[in-house]
Amino acid sequence: MCLGIPVKIVEKRGSVGIAEYKGVRREIGLDLLDQVQPGDWVLLHAGFAIQKIDQEEAQKTLKLFEELESIGEEQ
Amino acid sequence: MEKSSNPQPKFDQASQSQALLNGIERIAGQYGQEMVLMEVCGTHTVSIFKAGIRSLLPKNVKLISGPGCPVCVTPNEYLDRAIAVSRLEDVIITTFGDMMRVPGTSSSLEREKTRGADVRVVYSSRDAFKIASRNPDKRVVFLGVGFETTAPTVASALKEARQENLANFSVLSAHKLVPPALELLARSPDLNVDGFICPGHVSTIIGLEPYQVLAQEHKIPCVIAGFEPMDVLQAIWLLLKQIKQGTHLVQNQYVRAVRPEGNPKAQTLIHEVFDVIDTRWRGIGVIPQSGLGIGKQYQEFDAERLIRVEVEASREPEGCLCGEVILGRIQPPACALFGGQCTPESPVGPCMVSSEGTCSAYFKYGQN
Repeated sequence: MCLGIPVKIVEKRGSVGIAEYKGVRREIGLDLLDQVQPGDWVLLHAGFAIQKIDQEEAQKTLKLFEELESIGEEQ
Repeated sequence: MEKSSNPQPKFDQASQSQALLNGIERIAGQYGQEMVLMEVCGTHTVSIFKAGIRSLLPKNVKLISGPGCPVCVTPNEYLDRAIAVSRLEDVIITTFGDMMRVPGTSSSLEREKTRGADVRVVYSSRDAFKIASRNPDKRVVFLGVGFETTAPTVASALKEARQENLANFSVLSAHKLVPPALELLARSPDLNVDGFICPGHVSTIIGLEPYQVLAQEHKIPCVIAGFEPMDVLQAIWLLLKQIKQGTHLVQNQYVRAVRPEGNPKAQTLIHEVFDVIDTRWRGIGVIPQSGLGIGKQYQEFDAERLIRVEVEASREPEGCLCGEVILGRIQPPACALFGGQCTPESPVGPCMVSSEGTCSAYFKYGQN
């Protein structure tokens, strides 16, 4: 039930945003985040953006694989 | 442009999953003894079963499901109250879809709806709020069920209701907090969990700190994980590495969405609207300071206080072992009802009703 979907904010009207997911647009609440701007990706849960998703941080997940591979070689 | 592309990592599924599985195999082989990991969150359970991860793991690495399905841990007394409220003429019940089919002691919300009760499935507390605005002659009650991820969304709707003077909107709160339940599990002498796969989206709100007690005091490594199968495999690998090395740290695999401090704005909102209270979990009993009740400041929106109804004496379904399943003490097939009397089409207990319930995942995807 704690499902979260990454969506892109395409428009902002005060504390309400318009988010796009796979071509579908819907209104979402932005009250739980500061400084959300159109173009940002957020995690959508139960009608609200609960956190911004960070592209650079996403890449760090992949960096862990490099660590895995190097450790794998050592052992 | 960076910002316009979906920020999910682009996993190279075949080679990276093989590298991870090799890594997992290697550590498990070197360690030799059994390692039991609990995936706490129901969304992880579904992801694990869908991807068949259990069947890919070495024999000495066991995954068990934990208490992270909100519908499953909501006790019958809450459902029975919601059902009693739904029978009132002037009430509209608004709820997430998962709650509809959960059997209470003698009825369900779905059954009440077929008998004429006004029960509406909503996607968000914002939708419930709008229904209240459009129906000023009705009392609109939202069933507040969920963990730390959901609680701030409900808090936000209540704050808006106050701003708009929406007097016909209220919430029946059964919100629960994950860390107190994990601590209870960690203290339990009959459950030996060597590592927790911690819930990613709960952690977007609460951050890393609440898990420190599990790592430092109970010496159980914790890894917060995302929901792609590759995220889960990576979390398993990180946990096995910790177990083998004898470390017990809180690690964050889901860095793209979980900040160390969580979401402070959402945390503030939770504490503005709710009080932390003792609450009952199905199959577990009352866990101190593990729930969120509507606080005094917002008591005019507290459905439990506002709407007095007679609630039948609640019983848990006979023969149902959901409580044992929730605690990871047994696997679903050990329940005599599983797959016979209790199926997703005709569920006896909530673990078979909820799409995130362990029994439902076992039934749909086999013992993967």
